[in-house]
Order: sequence, then C-alpha cells, then structure tokens
Amino acid sequence: MKSYRYVARSKSIAARALGDVTMVMSATDSKLFTLDEIASVIWQAADGVTPLNEIVANKICTQYDIAPEAALKDAEAIVEDLAGHGILLLSDQPLAEQGNSRGGTL
Amino acid sequence: MSGLALEMAAKALKLNIPLSVQLDLTYRCNERCVHCYLDHDDHGEMTTAEIKNLLDQMADAGVFYLTLSGGEILMRRDFFQILEHARLRTFCVKLKTNGVMIRAKEAKRLRALGVESIQISIYSHRPEVHDAITKVPGSLRNSIEAVRFLRTQGLHVVLANVLMVQNAADYKGVRALAAELGVRCSLDPTVTPMMDGDRSILSLNVDQAALREVFRNGDLVGNVEEFCAPPSAVEADDLDSLPCSAGHTACYVSPYGDVYPCVQFPLPSGNVRHTRFVDIWRDSPQLKEVRSITLRDMPSCSKCAHGATCTRCPGLAYMEGNMRGPSSQDCEKSYARTGIPSENFKARHASQQPFQSLKLVQIQGLQPANQNFAAKAEQVHAVGA
Repeated sequence: MKSYRYVARSKSIAARALGDVTMVMSATDSKLFTLDEIASVIWQAADGVTPLNEIVANKICTQYDIAPEAALKDAEAIVEDLAGHGILLLSDQPLAEQGNSRGGTL
Repeated sequence: MSGLALEMAAKALKLNIPLSVQLDLTYRCNERCVHCYLDHDDHGEMTTAEIKNLLDQMADAGVFYLTLSGGEILMRRDFFQILEHARLRTFCVKLKTNGVMIRAKEAKRLRALGVESIQISIYSHRPEVHDAITKVPGSLRNSIEAVRFLRTQGLHVVLANVLMVQNAADYKGVRALAAELGVRCSLDPTVTPMMDGDRSILSLNVDQAALREVFRNGDLVGNVEEFCAPPSAVEADDLDSLPCSAGHTACYVSPYGDVYPCVQFPLPSGNVRHTRFVDIWRDSPQLKEVRSITLRDMPSCSKCAHGATCTRCPGLAYMEGNMRGPSSQDCEKSYARTGIPSENFKARHASQQPFQSLKLVQIQGLQPANQNFAAKAEQVHAVGA
C-alpha cells in the first residue's frame, strides 16, 4: 500500500509573500526565513489534506520543467527542513488546516 | 536587524511594499505619563469591523510586521478579536503596552495567538520614580507582574525605557531589572513634542551631560570608540541615501484611520475610511514627496559633517517646520556623541537662536487632530541591549 505524506502550515508562524519569495517568521524563536519560489508553492498548497505527491504533481511539475521523481525528492527535503524549524507540520495522516488559506499573497 | 531582514527590506523598497505598519488601536490609556504626547479622549476610533477590514487590506498589500500600539491597547474591549484576526492573516505581530491589564489569563491567550514580542514601558526600577511618571500608584508593580506572566508563557518581552530628567539616574537599574526578569530592554533618549504641537514636554529631555554619559556606556552602545567617533566625510553615495524607512517601507495608521509616513512623522497622507490602504500607499502625493527626498535635497544636512552618520528623524524635522530641514534633537545627539556641532547648531549659534525658541508646526489630522509619536519604527533613536 502506498504511503502518503501530508503537510500543513503551522499556526504559530507569521508569513507573507514578497515578490517571488515568502517571508516566514517562527513565533517561538523569532527566526526569519525566506522560501524560494518552489518552496513558496509548497507552502501555499500545504493545506493539511492534499498529499505532498499531489502538490508536487499538480503545482510544481505543471509549472516547472522538472521530472516528477526528482521534484518529489526535492520537495520532501524542503518539507523536512521546514518541519525541523516548526514552520510546517508533517504527518502520514491528513491534518486539519493549521494556518490561514488566504495567506496574504500579492 | 539581521542580514536577511535587511535583504527583505531592500526588496520591499524596490517593490514599493509597506513591509511594516504601526497601527494604534486607541489613544485612550490607563496611565497618564508626564512625557506622553497624546490626547487620551476618543474622537471616533475605528470599529472592530473597520479594523478587521483594514488588516485584510494591509495583508493583501504585503504588510508583514504589524505593531499594535496606543494609548493602551487593552483598553479596547475587542483587542483580542483584533489580534486574533491579525494572526489569522499571518502578520508578525508586536505589541506595545504598559502591561497593567495583562494577568495570567491574558498572557496565556497572547501565547496561544503567537505574538512575536511584547514591549512594556518601564521608566525606573524604583516605584516612587516610575509611578510618579505614570501618575498611577502601583503601576510599576503591575507592569512587572505582567512581565512575569508573559515570561511564564515563554513570550519575548522588551522593557522600553524613555530617558528624561525624572529618571536619568535609573536606566542602569532598569537594565538590572530586565536581566533579573530574563528580558531585553531598550532606552530611548528622546522625548518628542505633543501631537498638537505643544512643545512644553521637551523640557523633560535630559541635558547634554546626561546624553554624553549614555552614549559612552559600552553596555548600551557597544563599541564606544566607534559609536562616538568623529563622523566620516560625506561621500557622493551618501547624498543619494534615503533618510529612514518612514514612507518607504513603513507607515503609521492612527485609531481614526489617518495614515502618516511614521508614528513620529505627522504628515497627513490619507484616511482608510475614505480610501483603500494600498491606494494611499501607492498614490498619496504626501508619501510620494517623502519618498523623493534624499540627503542631497536637504540644504543644511547635506553640508553637515554628520550628514552620513546622523540619526536625523525626518518626522522631527517636519515638526520643526521643514521635512527637508534638520532635526535639532538629533543634532543634539550627534553633538553629544562626537563633540562636533552640526551645521544647524553652528547656524543657530551664529544667529543666537536658542533651541527652545524653535517654532514647531501644529499637527492637523484628516480626522480630529490626533497623532501618536510613541516610538519610531526602525529609526536609530533607541539604544539598547
């Protein structure tokens, strides 16, 4: 049986799109991060209920010239990194919406 | 500010995005500080719905750093509704408060809502001094209790001290108190004019000797030799530099919806009750004028030895009558740091015009004239740990 990974934005962060990047600040340690264009796409799509592989297939592979396997591998590295900073939540089960889907894009 | 934060500020400047906004929710207050520049009556504050709508507009415009201040923010019964909405729109929220109304329950709620930091005004470690400044007996005790409640929740707290004649000897005591409480502290050596142009409270400013002492305290300024070094020569690049973030990547909104370049720069630039926030930000002739000014356009400051290193506040200059002119209070600070008089000082000395004779402008809001000059975001007035 195929396993899925689900990602959701943490509600303890502040975030805003700034041009083609996203500024993110963790409220727990006030550390500031910027997400590049592709990480921003994952961030925006991290609703807790869409599996990561679907996000990659529908939001990344359709927009960027990248092989699905390589894109998923990169995406998994990105979400692991963001989860390590408490910016994203990761689970093998669907997660309730943790952030604000309106997000404040420009 | 970190390298990444500076990089983001530069990007916001390039994209004309208002990265930081200070929103004063009310001018009402439960303290009556002797140095306060506010009229504490309510002349028609924005409603909860108006503020939520404004927050939506600001999020869509790209505002990231949101400072909620006043007055005392917790005097608004809808404060937590507003804060909840701000966090729903993922702002990085900083609060300025005296903390008197923050107890265990409020601290827990602030933690749950993910506030980035809370700045609490503390003017002395001694109750007889702090309470005399706030004119509220027991206020120091209540504010310190608030800090402890917030720290129990793991929240970031900054003690904000304003240096004035009443507490000039106490800033070291406040720093020791901050260390005991496990929080940071800042010290602002500038008392600014009242919103209506009344300059009587300027008499509370400390004298040159006290400023010199503060600027030579390594605990406050870091490398004293570097901080107090004679100014470097003004280069061609310096002449094209921008004064500060006011109107460039930051602005201020009053409880009545008036938009200004900064909390300390009372140039009425629009009102969000009549015009969309983003339209004011992009199209206001006043903000465009502020953005057009570089050091090259300042007749006195461009010729001043301190031109490249001065902390000149354009808002204080505006309140002296000319946003392209010098800010005498910053001339005072440059002199206290380096012992070298500014061009403005030399000209005043030549004309024998004392500082106290300066004519300050009367501040006119678009709504009933109210403005808060509490603190100026991202301007180097505060020296602190």
